[in-house]
Order: sequence, then C-alpha cells, then structure tokens
Amino acid sequence: MVHRQAMPHQDAKERAHNFNEVALGYSSEQAIAEASRCLECKNPVCVDGCPVNIDIPAFISWMKAGDFDRAIDIIKLTNSLPAVCGRVCPQEVQCEELCVLAKKGEPVAIGRLERFCADHERERGVVPPSKVEHTGKKVAVIGAGPAGLTAAADLAKAGHEVTIFESLHETGGVLTYGIPEFRLPKSIVKEEVDYIRQLGVDLKVDYVIGKIKTLDELREDFDAVFLGTGAGLPKFMGIPGENLNGVYSANEFLTRVNLMKAYQFPNYGTPIKKGKKVIVVGGGNVAMDAARSALRLGAEEVSIVYRRSDDELPARREEIDNAKEEGIVFRLLTNPVRILEGENMTVNGVECIRMELGEPDESGRRSPVPKEGSEHVIDADVVIIAIGTSPNPMIFSGSSGLETNSRGTIIVDENGKTSLDNVYAAGDAVTGAATVISAMGAAKVAAASINRMLSN
Amino acid sequence: MSYRIIEKKEIAPIVHLMKVLAPDVARASKAGQFIILRIDETSERIPLTIADFDVREGTVSIIFQEMGKTTKQLAKMSEADELQDFVGPLGTPADVRKLGTVILVGGGVGIAPVYPQVKAYREAGNKVISVIGARNKDLLILEDEMKAASDELHIATDDGSKGHHGFVTDVVKQILDSGEDIARIVVIGPPILMKVAAGMTAPYGVETIVSLNPIMIDGTGMCGGCRVSVGGETKFACVDGPEFDAHKVDFNLLMSRLALYRDEESRCLEDHDHKHDPDHKCTCRGEN
Repeated sequence: MVHRQAMPHQDAKERAHNFNEVALGYSSEQAIAEASRCLECKNPVCVDGCPVNIDIPAFISWMKAGDFDRAIDIIKLTNSLPAVCGRVCPQEVQCEELCVLAKKGEPVAIGRLERFCADHERERGVVPPSKVEHTGKKVAVIGAGPAGLTAAADLAKAGHEVTIFESLHETGGVLTYGIPEFRLPKSIVKEEVDYIRQLGVDLKVDYVIGKIKTLDELREDFDAVFLGTGAGLPKFMGIPGENLNGVYSANEFLTRVNLMKAYQFPNYGTPIKKGKKVIVVGGGNVAMDAARSALRLGAEEVSIVYRRSDDELPARREEIDNAKEEGIVFRLLTNPVRILEGENMTVNGVECIRMELGEPDESGRRSPVPKEGSEHVIDADVVIIAIGTSPNPMIFSGSSGLETNSRGTIIVDENGKTSLDNVYAAGDAVTGAATVISAMGAAKVAAASINRMLSN
Repeated sequence: MSYRIIEKKEIAPIVHLMKVLAPDVARASKAGQFIILRIDETSERIPLTIADFDVREGTVSIIFQEMGKTTKQLAKMSEADELQDFVGPLGTPADVRKLGTVILVGGGVGIAPVYPQVKAYREAGNKVISVIGARNKDLLILEDEMKAASDELHIATDDGSKGHHGFVTDVVKQILDSGEDIARIVVIGPPILMKVAAGMTAPYGVETIVSLNPIMIDGTGMCGGCRVSVGGETKFACVDGPEFDAHKVDFNLLMSRLALYRDEESRCLEDHDHKHDPDHKCTCRGEN
C-alpha cells in the first residue's frame, strides 16, 4: 500500500517571519502517485461529502493518466473556485472523511489533488469559458464572497445577466479580507474571480446595498436577487477593557493585514499595532489565522487563549498543527475576565481564569466552568478577539418584509428562498459563520432555484 | 472603480474642497452621512463627512485639512485626476425634523459637515442659528455659504481676527444665557471642541448632538475599529452613528483611540516626504 503523499511545506522557522504560502503544493510526480492511490470504488461515497458535488473519481482517474487538463475541466463543471477550495476546504470532515481508505487512516488527499489541478490550469493559462445564449433575465447578487461568486457563476452559465454588488473595494469577501496570504494567496483569489468575470458577470465594487440602493429598489430593477452578504459583524466578549487601544476584533486585525496589506506598511498606508505579546481569544480557524498573522508581523510571543481543551478546538487540525509548529502558545482551558489598562488607555495584560469541563451543552461539547480562585494575569500589549461573527444587519435597511431569526440570520426554505418573492439567500448570512465550501454548496442550491424560477 | 475629481480648490491654508463625480452616491446622500475614499492601490481608506452633494450634477463634495500622509497626497491631486474608491453614503443620516430654533456649531474643518445640516434644518422649517469658528480669520471656511443658508450667523476666532475673540462655545453660551428657547444644538469639530461644548451645554439641559469621526476601515460595521462608548454602551460610529448624544459620549476614549497610530502615522508621513521631497528634513510632526 502506497502511503499518502506528504504536502511539502515552507520550513516552520522561516515561514513564521514571512507571508508567503505555507503549503507548497504537490509536484506532478507526487500528484500522479497520490491519484493512483484512489481505488475507484464502484459506489464512490466521497462525492457525498462534497457540498458542490465534484465528480471526484472521474477527475482523479484523469490525473492518474497524467491528463490534468481534463481533470480540471471535470472539477470546474461544478466548482468555479477550485484553487480556493483545494486550499481552505476542511476535506478531513468532508470528501476525505468518507473515502474508503480513511478507515485505514490515510484517505486519498482529494483536496491537495484539487489544488494541484487548479494550479496546473493557472500555470498553463485558463481557457476563457464559451459564451452562452442570454435568457434576457437579470439577477442581482449582493456580496462577492464565496456564496455570491458561486451563485453568480452558476447563473451566468445558465445565460442570465448577473451583476454582483460588493461593498468593499476588492472582491472575494472573506477570501480577501479574512483568510491570510500565507494560507490563500490573493493573486489566486483574483484569478478565480477573473474567471467568473469572463463568464459575463458584471462586478461592481464600492457599492453598499442598504445605503446606496436598498434591497426594495434592487427588486424593482432585477428579476431575482441573491443575498450572499456573509457574517461580517464581529462579536466582542463584553468584558471590561475591550475598548482599550490595542484590542482588535479578528475582523479588524485581519482586514488591516490582508485587505489593506498593513504588513507592508509604510509602503501600504494602513497601519497596525504589531504587538510584542499578543493574545488571541478563540479557537477557530479565524483565531489561528489572526495568531499566525501576528507572529509574522514580528510579535515575540503569540498565545491562543481558549476556554475549552485541545479536543474541542474548532479549527482545522492541519492549521492547529501549523500554528504549533510555528511556535504559537496554546493556553487552553483559560478564559479572559478583563483586559488591564496601561498608559494612555493601552492594553497592559489580560486577567484570565482557568476553566474545567463540565456537562455537555446543547452543541454537544462539554461546557467550560470557571475554577474559582484561579485568576492570573497574562502579559500582553495587543489582544485580538476571535470568538465569532454574526450577519451584518445593514442589508436589512430598506428591505421590507425580509424575515430573520433571533440570531440575525436570514430565514430561507429548502430551495434557498427567503420570505420575499424572487429573493434568495445562502452562506453565512443564512447559517451564521461557517465554512467557505458550505456557503458555496448552499449558493448552488439557491442559484438552481433561481434558474428554475426564471425559466418558468 | 474610479471617480473623477471635477473641481478642487484650496479654500483656506491647507484646507481643500474637492468635488467628486459619483452620481449613485450623490443620489442617495443625506445630511450627516459620510464617505470613505481610497486614493490608489496602496493608500489607506479614510472617512470624510459629506460637505455637499448635487444630485443633478451627480457630484459629492468633501472638505479636508492636510494632516497625515493621505490628506497631503490628496491635496496634491487636481481636477480630472481620479480617486480609486469613493464609497458611500455611509452612516445614519442626521435626524433632521422641525423642532423650533436650533444652533448649529462648526469648528475649523468641522464647518464643512455642518453646512448641509444647516440647509436641511432650515428646509425642515427650523430657525437656524449658526456659530462657526477657527483659529484665525484665514482659516474660516464657507462663511458666505453659511451666511446665506442660516437665519443668523455668529463667528468666533481664537485670535480675535474676526467676530468674537474666543471660542464658539462662548458664543453658544451667550445665546443660551439670552433666554432664547433652543430646541437642539449640533456641534461638529475637533473632539476637544465637542467635549468642551458637551460639558458647557449639559447644565442647560438642551439636547446636544455631536458627529464623531473615529478611525475606520470599512465603514459598514465589519471591523469594529470605530467603537465609541455612549452612555456606557459600546457603539460602532460607522453604522450606529456618526451622530450621538453629546452628553453621553466618552470623549477621552474617543481622543485616545484617535491617537492610536500616531507613531505609525508620522513614520508613514516621513517615508512619504522623503520619497517626494529630497530636501525634506525630518521633523516628525506626529499627526494622524
């Protein structure tokens, strides 16, 4: 039995000081060797684990034969962002978890193979998509993140005239402002967005729906509207000291670094407090991204403070391992109580309390309980709060009748339709903060519903 | 995207007016709102309150003072140049309605965002008393426009070169002491002016509104960098504001947060000056 091909990485010591991509990608030889491990099951269950239904055995089979061009064509039939998904999808809980070889602990590295095909295509030169016949129907897509881009691509392929409205000056949504360069290079996001533009999609940036135009106005101008507005509103803990200078939401910290390129200050004009001792509160992928970014900016010590234990860390294991290798300190079963104030309202340490795990809560995870008398102060001058985000309510101003639930997420039916006629939604705006690929999967469902509605 | 500069002039020393072609923004703009602009690929995003807008022309005017690198770079641009990004209108519009007599106070460049409010309050049927001030008469902007738009215009300068010798708050206090029934006071200017004004009007019990301009990135509620404390609650100035009840704002927090990047800003400005002026001597002005 051939072992799963290891992913070549930039050396941990070196990469802790640069923003270049950590995972370097397979060589052609490695890709073919890895593809050859696929058993080509008669009943390929891996596909059931893919939210965008890529025909996994088919593309891997072409890879075995060394025909990467055909492989990428198959992937692109259902996925317009393969270079992104090959990098940031949690394959270990999707396609790869269901792979028959996973039972022996070494599933086929489907994600890495997808990435290889996408990178191969980019190096070769992407063939512009063939134009389709127009239906004469107009669809507005709000938000140029994973959900919006996916819906726009599918709707454009079906012949509709699609316009995306994006509030920031760049497209990509969380792929651009949230996920760091060292995990997802921005040039790759740009090229995948360019492909969607080539499908005929009109992309308008600097366009804040809810302010410049309301949803109600858009509904008059378009035959259908898709909301892919994400979950962009940062949560804070509500503890004393959270407004001190040096406390950032993970959204702000990452936006400064990724979107505004503060790591290249002063060549880029946006500044950031780099911090000597940085504390990141939270244990998800966003927390890992923030911690590893802070380290690369030059912090002496970066700690993850998380109230549960290692087993419950919601981040991908691969990213946790990467962070540990790079020297991020994990202070587990620890929770901040207050942020201490230094000179000029700056951060001067964080008072934390130790936690122990009690009974499981409604999410099934054991809920953390504070241990009395275990308060202690951790030295810090920058604190990043990465405890989650919720949908931004801005879209709802001037959207009469759009129903949301108590968490602020948009209510949709199984087809992705909202309470408003001709208005559909998918992604984090519907589910709350989740993954890129789940947003893309739901966006495909909504786009198919829009297409059905417009075809009737 | 790109947005053409239609008109640009220096209306006072280092204070510039810029009229930008942005028809969609102009169409949706209301008094009290702001825009965020980015000059080019490498520049930061900065928020500026809308000074005027013309739906027919499709233009939005902004007024800014040269302070840090970005505003200095902006000042060097001229008519027909293009800004890479011009996003808006952002923020909640001013709550303008018929109240009776209102005092609108503008200090320094703060006169610019007050101007559209003067027009809006007057249109809503209020008697508008405007009070504008600056360090000296040369720095006083929009005097003629304010005079035309207001029922009464009062002027104060720090050095006494025009109008009352002293601060705008002295003039507002005189009006309040005169016994005239004032329904609301709106103050826009440097944070220290707004803080002093809030303290001065509090004992009179007159509703006082300020427009806050903290550091922002996106201006849509996404980053939370613009958090301010109002009545003990954390608010995002970009979406919950920019206008708040002056008597509830924690101005000390606002001022300390505005100074957050002072070191970085001066480093950035030094870097900029070195690149553009070979004779530049390091002076580290420490502005932001």
